[in-house]
Amino acid sequence: MSDVKKKENHHLVSEDTIDGEIATLNLGPTHPATHGVFQNVLKIDGEKILSAEPTIGYIHRAFEKLAERRPFNQITTITDRLNYCSSPINNIGWQLTVEKLAGIEVPKKVDYMRVIIMELARVADHLVCNSVIGVDTGALTGFTYMFQERERIYDLFEEVCGARLTTNIGRIGGFERDFSPKFYKKLDEFLEGFPARFAEFDSLLTRNRIFMDRVIGAGPITPEDAIDYGFTGPNLRAAGVDYDVRVMNPYCSYEDFEFDVPIGKDGDTYDRYMVRMEEIRESLRIIHQAIDKMPEGLHHADVPDFFLPEKEDVYTSMEALIYHFKIVMGETKIPEGEVYFAVEGGNGELGYHLISDGGRTPYRLHFRRPCFIYYQAYPEMIKGSLISDAILTLSSLNVIAGELDA
Amino acid sequence: MRSPEQQEIINAVLTAHKELILNSEELYDITSIELSKENLIPFVEDLKTNHGFGFLTDLTVVHYPDNSGRELCGSYLIHNWMKNVRLRLKVYISIEDNHLPSLTPLFRTSNWLEREAFDNFGIIYDNHPDLRRILNMDEMDYHPLLKQYALEDETRKDKDDTFFGR
Repeated sequence: MSDVKKKENHHLVSEDTIDGEIATLNLGPTHPATHGVFQNVLKIDGEKILSAEPTIGYIHRAFEKLAERRPFNQITTITDRLNYCSSPINNIGWQLTVEKLAGIEVPKKVDYMRVIIMELARVADHLVCNSVIGVDTGALTGFTYMFQERERIYDLFEEVCGARLTTNIGRIGGFERDFSPKFYKKLDEFLEGFPARFAEFDSLLTRNRIFMDRVIGAGPITPEDAIDYGFTGPNLRAAGVDYDVRVMNPYCSYEDFEFDVPIGKDGDTYDRYMVRMEEIRESLRIIHQAIDKMPEGLHHADVPDFFLPEKEDVYTSMEALIYHFKIVMGETKIPEGEVYFAVEGGNGELGYHLISDGGRTPYRLHFRRPCFIYYQAYPEMIKGSLISDAILTLSSLNVIAGELDA
Repeated sequence: MRSPEQQEIINAVLTAHKELILNSEELYDITSIELSKENLIPFVEDLKTNHGFGFLTDLTVVHYPDNSGRELCGSYLIHNWMKNVRLRLKVYISIEDNHLPSLTPLFRTSNWLEREAFDNFGIIYDNHPDLRRILNMDEMDYHPLLKQYALEDETRKDKDDTFFGR
């Protein structure tokens, strides 16, 4: 016991701990407060955490092995299940990776359409995270309001691809169809109504005294530690490092849009919350710009090897039928090569390391999953804090079990 | 695509360590450098302290069963955020002597990434603080991402894949 007390970083552990009073608590794997399948074996002194031992892999589905047996277009459905709060970003990231490997140039219009979808997904992702922080501090109301907004975003996805959660949105080379007038109508309605309702949520939490007392200083991390632990995305920016893949390595014409990268200072739960709040506003800015500047043109690239032909042509033209068959059976030609492509996912740099040997499936596919990488800092972040702060830290890191375990 | 400034950094790395680099190639927009495993740690240490490569983006392993003597390839992706340059480092090792030095003293990120690589490919990372399985269960007696393990049970007779060669 005495050696625990002597250790640094334990300034919160009281000196008057009674020997032999350290308890072990299994937080998870299934616990209503953890929002996913996470297990942490905590050593606690009263309510203070002395150490945590995370166990992961409860929903490991061997995606990297599965991907070695699937044609390229069928892997999009796997990526849905990584970060299932923002599936469209994963889908489009994968499509961009294959396009980079195959050297496919997509029309500007596809870029802008993708930007709209990805930013909507980012809004949905951040809304879930921030409203769940509210739930964990005891404020359930904001959560119910914001889930209505998420529903509206899911309605928009449904309008584009027919699915809501596991979207499988878009195709390699573009989108299967252009955005419908109904989609634009719904999008306009959303953009019109959302800011007011979002401001209402903002006023419920952001300057709420109880909320602020609860989250300020909970689970902080220094920028040096965050970089060393491989943090990316909002969690890194909350610590004060302005790394954003959209700015540093722009993809999908992100360089055409004007937006700011919000950063925090202390890297605590409140900063993470604030960074996400601001990012939602920036995403809306980007969406507005994309709608205004939406170029004319086709909604897909001219790549018959990857993009399914019109159904009507399949029934009437021989060539279209052959292409259809080849794509569906995964017999398209793909060059040999090794690419790494990263997009800014909901939680950070979502990278695809793809090695192709020219066969019908990837030779090797590795997902750089931001959650998996930064969750290893969790035990250190909660050391010395209270159990309730540990729950808050977990939800503000926005660890998604699907991405963690792949 | 690459600015002269970025190219300069890559050239500086390539010339500063000419004798350590076994091979280098361009993989789309990323320069890939092959090293021997003895040189990995000093090389990465120097990249981190002198060339600004302070972020380990990704670490993974690839299995090439036909590449005799060089079956496993440890693959590292490091990033210089100041000048936005990525470098890929590769270390080929044989499957009989599947040891690689651990990068955990340099980047704490590599802790779980190396555990994942150990879990999937059985590579022993020397000096790793806590080398255990991470995603699969502890009782597992093989490393599933090695190419000799088929995805589906090959003894199954009820699936006929003659036509589509799956």
